[in-house]
Amino acid sequence: MDQVTLVTDTNSSFVDKAADAAVRATPTTVANRVRGMSDRSIAWAFITPTIALLLAINIFPLLWAIYLSFTNFRANRPNAAIDNVGLRNYERVLNDADIWQAMQTTAHFVFWTIVLQTVIGFTLAYLIDRKFRGHAFWTTVILIPMMLSPAVVGNFWRFLYQPQIGLFNYIVSFFTGIPPSSFEMLGSVSLAPWAIILVDTWMWTPYVMLICLAGLRSIPDYIYEAAEVDRASGWRQFWSITIPMALPFIMLAVLFRGIENFKMFDMVMLLTGGGPGSTTEVASITLKREAFESWLTGRSSAFAILLFVAVFGLANIYVKALNKVKQR
Amino acid sequence: MTDQLFTTPKEPKPRRPFFLRRGPMENIATAVIGLGFLMLFQPFAMILYTWSLVTLLAGTAMFIIVSKFPE
Repeated sequence: MDQVTLVTDTNSSFVDKAADAAVRATPTTVANRVRGMSDRSIAWAFITPTIALLLAINIFPLLWAIYLSFTNFRANRPNAAIDNVGLRNYERVLNDADIWQAMQTTAHFVFWTIVLQTVIGFTLAYLIDRKFRGHAFWTTVILIPMMLSPAVVGNFWRFLYQPQIGLFNYIVSFFTGIPPSSFEMLGSVSLAPWAIILVDTWMWTPYVMLICLAGLRSIPDYIYEAAEVDRASGWRQFWSITIPMALPFIMLAVLFRGIENFKMFDMVMLLTGGGPGSTTEVASITLKREAFESWLTGRSSAFAILLFVAVFGLANIYVKALNKVKQR
Repeated sequence: MTDQLFTTPKEPKPRRPFFLRRGPMENIATAVIGLGFLMLFQPFAMILYTWSLVTLLAGTAMFIIVSKFPE
């Protein structure tokens, strides 16, 4: 007891000393200024830098892009006169067959990555939640791909997919008997989209698993105990307790991955660059080509606004669904 | 006491018109956004893709407005 008192006393005197030092170190002018401020003013003083930063790097570029989408501005001709072209940029973007094709490629990529990542991620989370021997070690191992940079992942998967020296083709050959150099994952029109889906799933499934694991760990044990008392089968417990209670977390994971995958650029660029032909040219790559190869800044701004509206609308639906699930 | 027993119950508050109720209007806005989203990514008709942005914008604007309505 004495020891505890002693430690507390030491701590409190240390805190007092630190506070005294802080007071002494604060310039008198600053101290006087802060003393006269209300709580509300101090709160505003703390959040103003964040709001200013948000306005400067998020809101202003958005408004600027909206403005540019109505002009014929080209970033490679900064001194040329900027004319207002009304809705012509939107008209062109929404009647362009290539952009429409890019949208379909994006939809294919987003749909399959989300399906695979959710199913595999939830399954892994369910298995890890069983708390078997060494589960902490395996959790760390599974999380490794998520910690890597997309640039690194894109580069090393390009080597793995090499038909002559790549490990991937040899593994497929080992299991199926198909000669390793007879197929090219990144060079084939039919296989390239799936090659990208595979890499994205490999990289981001651990992220979905982590969110699902948080959901599974948040389910109280007494609900399962009550179900056991009612002689509910494992299958019944899974569908009536586990899934409904983990659903908000699963939906959150789907929302995060959905928004992220709509913007997918780096990995696709490194793996295929949109090829072969334009089979893996997702919307962000088409956007980059319009903006920095064709230098049609106004038109690419209109395209960016189109993507933004799509993602914003989707986020609204998801937030509504999430609130509904939470209220249950 | 008898007065209290025989008082007529208060009339329930008149319900807001359908287009001013948050629940159904949010559902309609969500359906419009969903429709716009499908129109944007469908591979069947160019005309649907052309009109997708207008549909998405209408749905999103509607959602933002109706989500401020009281329950």
